Amino acid sequence: MRNAFADEVTRLGETDPRVVLLSGDIGNKLFDKFKARARGRFFNCGVAEANMMGVAAGMALCGLRPVVYTITPFTTTRCFEQIRVDVCYHKAPVIIVGTGSGLSYADLGPTHHSCEDMAILRTLPGMAVIAPADSTELRLALREALKRDGPVYMRIGKKGEPAIHASDPDFRIGRSITIQAGTDACLISTGVMAPVAMTAARILGERGISTRVESFHTVKPLDEKTLAEVFSGFPVVAVVEEHGRIGGLAGGISEWLAATGSMRASLLSFGTADTFMHEVGSQEYARRKFGLTAENIAEGVAARLRAS
Amino acid sequence: MSARNRAAGSAKTEIGHLEDIARTIRARIIETSHKTNTPHLGSCLSCVDILVAAYFDVLAIDPAKPRDPGRDRFILSKGHGAAALFQVLALRGFYPESMLETYGQDGSLFAEHPPAPAYLPGIEAATGSLGHGLPLGLGMALAARIQGLDYNVIALLSDGECNEGSIWESAMMAASQRVEKIAVVVDFNKWQATGRSEEVLAISPLVDKWRAFGWSACEADGHDLAALVRLMRDVPDGSGKPVAIIAHTIKGKGVSFMEDDNNWHYRIPTAEEVVAAKKELGVAA
Repeated sequence: MRNAFADEVTRLGETDPRVVLLSGDIGNKLFDKFKARARGRFFNCGVAEANMMGVAAGMALCGLRPVVYTITPFTTTRCFEQIRVDVCYHKAPVIIVGTGSGLSYADLGPTHHSCEDMAILRTLPGMAVIAPADSTELRLALREALKRDGPVYMRIGKKGEPAIHASDPDFRIGRSITIQAGTDACLISTGVMAPVAMTAARILGERGISTRVESFHTVKPLDEKTLAEVFSGFPVVAVVEEHGRIGGLAGGISEWLAATGSMRASLLSFGTADTFMHEVGSQEYARRKFGLTAENIAEGVAARLRAS
Repeated sequence: MSARNRAAGSAKTEIGHLEDIARTIRARIIETSHKTNTPHLGSCLSCVDILVAAYFDVLAIDPAKPRDPGRDRFILSKGHGAAALFQVLALRGFYPESMLETYGQDGSLFAEHPPAPAYLPGIEAATGSLGHGLPLGLGMALAARIQGLDYNVIALLSDGECNEGSIWESAMMAASQRVEKIAVVVDFNKWQATGRSEEVLAISPLVDKWRAFGWSACEADGHDLAALVRLMRDVPDGSGKPVAIIAHTIKGKGVSFMEDDNNWHYRIPTAEEVVAAKKELGVAA
């Protein structure tokens, strides 16, 4: 996804003179093409994220379209107040990109994990929160974000994430994409968990449980139309996210459910637990630790269906 | 407003005029503080001369075109000086002075800190949380470079605000990017909310700090309107560096019983004190 981001932002920078790229001392070589093709519009802001976010907001207030890029915790929790005041209160159209989000950097330790980013950014007025499933969704999300007249936060993976889409889907911010039809249960996946959700759906299918899978890439604003459809149409809806179970997509949907009133479906949530993972491990190890495996998700959905 | 189009009037008469304006602004701030229970009086009074020099002489701005892309940007990074800025903007013609009658009332635009620019003409940034104005201003200065515009950016900081790490992050980036069309004016009144700025976090040597961070730094009497005008007009100063003007000021400046008394960070003047202050300022009741 990193490379797709670099490639797409370069393409956008080439055609749109408003696009400026700010990086927090990472991805230097990754952006060589951007630097060459959007001359004078790349800024290595150093390891100084609070300033970087303020600078981006200042640029946006002058009509530019800054894209801020660094590792997720440093472009979210590190400079949250700058996002809140400089970006959101000013309605500054800044695109904030967090790379290596969720458990992508599981092996780097908890300082580099990000299982709170969507929860905190979702609280900010006017902020859109997007977790693309693959490189295709990422490219389309960037294009759509540029058309939006307000701030956007986008969390992406690192590299080598499997492709979900063979061709460009109809991508709109706030509109979920159905990546597999089904009739018995529904999995709502956000971000790079989509392949895991697809595998879970296949396992459920082998057990005779036809499962719909949504790539619910926009965590805010919620696609309430799709939510109403699946929560009234299925007995079980499971949210799958590489994010804490507090405040992320499951959190947002719970708030929506509380406001909407009782629906047919019961909600299952697969995400990370309320704990830091202090031990070293690969992303796969970390996902297993938090039950974010296709087998566990399939088992949970099947059990809930039996109970319903 | 592509070129620098500041009026180069006869210096002496203009400075006298600016001093009259500064007296009027000080009186209005004190009156408003009394009427509306607005604190930060000391902080507002210490930066009045800097604001007056900027808004009534230095800045290339047109109150009739507050969003002109080529305008100079002035950011009150020390947002708690809003009561001073609101008076200055009204007198400069960004909005009718009668609007200030709503000050502090429910639903008013005039809070203790500046609102976002969309809500009030003349405001460039919503500040109040310290350490934000300089990064925002740096973004605006870099935008000018990208867009081929010729405006200056001035950010007014408090000395207490220099506690914030984001100020120094921004100082380093401005230096590395060789942004010369940005100036910081530090309202160095030697106090912050709860004590001497030197004692809270060792601020000295402040001029050397800015120099060490790659800025062209100088000191000035922050109540000498002629000096302030000269230094701010001189941005960029030819050094190829961003400019820091460390303006030595007196908290509560202009009223003997408020000067250098930090109680006036939060104290509200009584009716009698307003009368006494106006008498000292030579402003009619």
